[in-house]
Amino acid sequence: MTEVLEAPKVDAERLRALRRVAIVPAYNEDASIAGVVGELLAYDPGLRVVVVDDGSADRTAELARAAGAKVISLPFNLGIGGAVQTGFRYAWEQGFDVAVRADGDGQHDPAELDAILRPVLADEADVAVGSRFIGGDGYRSSRSRRAGIRLLAWIVSALTRQRITDPTSGFQAANRLGIRLFAADYPHDYPEAEATVMVFKHRLRLQEVPVKMRARESGRSSITAVRSVYYMVKVVLAIFVALFRRKAVPLD
Amino acid sequence: MTPLRVSIAAAIASLLLLLVLSLWRGGLNTIAGWFGISGYPPAILFAVGILFILLVLLHYSTVISRLSDQSTILAQRLALLEERFREERDQHRSA
Repeated sequence: MTEVLEAPKVDAERLRALRRVAIVPAYNEDASIAGVVGELLAYDPGLRVVVVDDGSADRTAELARAAGAKVISLPFNLGIGGAVQTGFRYAWEQGFDVAVRADGDGQHDPAELDAILRPVLADEADVAVGSRFIGGDGYRSSRSRRAGIRLLAWIVSALTRQRITDPTSGFQAANRLGIRLFAADYPHDYPEAEATVMVFKHRLRLQEVPVKMRARESGRSSITAVRSVYYMVKVVLAIFVALFRRKAVPLD
Repeated sequence: MTPLRVSIAAAIASLLLLLVLSLWRGGLNTIAGWFGISGYPPAILFAVGILFILLVLLHYSTVISRLSDQSTILAQRLALLEERFREERDQHRSA
């Protein structure tokens, strides 16, 4: 039998009192970026939407700015990790209380922001991650990718001694502590699984919440068949290296 | 020392070592004996050379990763500063 759960409501009063920012890393996403920015602003007009343009060659920056986002343009392509970290640095420097990260390709539905913000606003977690694989339905990626994700989930769960179902999800919310950690140190490419281990090592609280994701609106995944092999090797190695790394120096 | 000077110093040192071993055949034979090389003792010269090259590569990979981390930080700071600059310029214009 399936249980129908009422979507948890975010305390609107408390949300309005906080300074909140949405970080949207984007690399050549001019087909979808305006829609993503528009949706985020429609969800919460008080949200500062920051698009980190990771050296795009197309009109991503221009269209995002026209849609009402603040655009931080990197001088050259740093890869997803460097772009996301730029957003967290901005959030830290500008004193934002809550940051959410959503992808520029439209996979992350702003309607689900309530769900990932709830544990952070309730002070139950420092970082909340939206998972495709807890309950819910919606887009779940292809079969081979799910197998890879399951393997990573198993490794990350064992290392963090916490059940992690979707270690590759980039749909996240963070409070001030989470923002500080990610501003000081964020993994390079394919960063999510490694970041999960980092959060655990720094003894921050991480919680997964069920979300529905959509199939991307445009463009293609950066992870092709050949790269997926590299992806798995790199991520697994990086996770173990992350375990032995010394902790990031906190920003003052 | 800068990374470049480190690698130049290491190159000179290893060239001298290879030169000495090439000229001093008795020493070469003895050292090759330690490693159980009896057929062709100068093979030890290649072994030393290859080892040196591997060390240089390792050294460069640490140098490159440090430089790339630094350039990432520079790019991020530049982008954040440009954004702030744009914001203040816009405020100034509208004022």
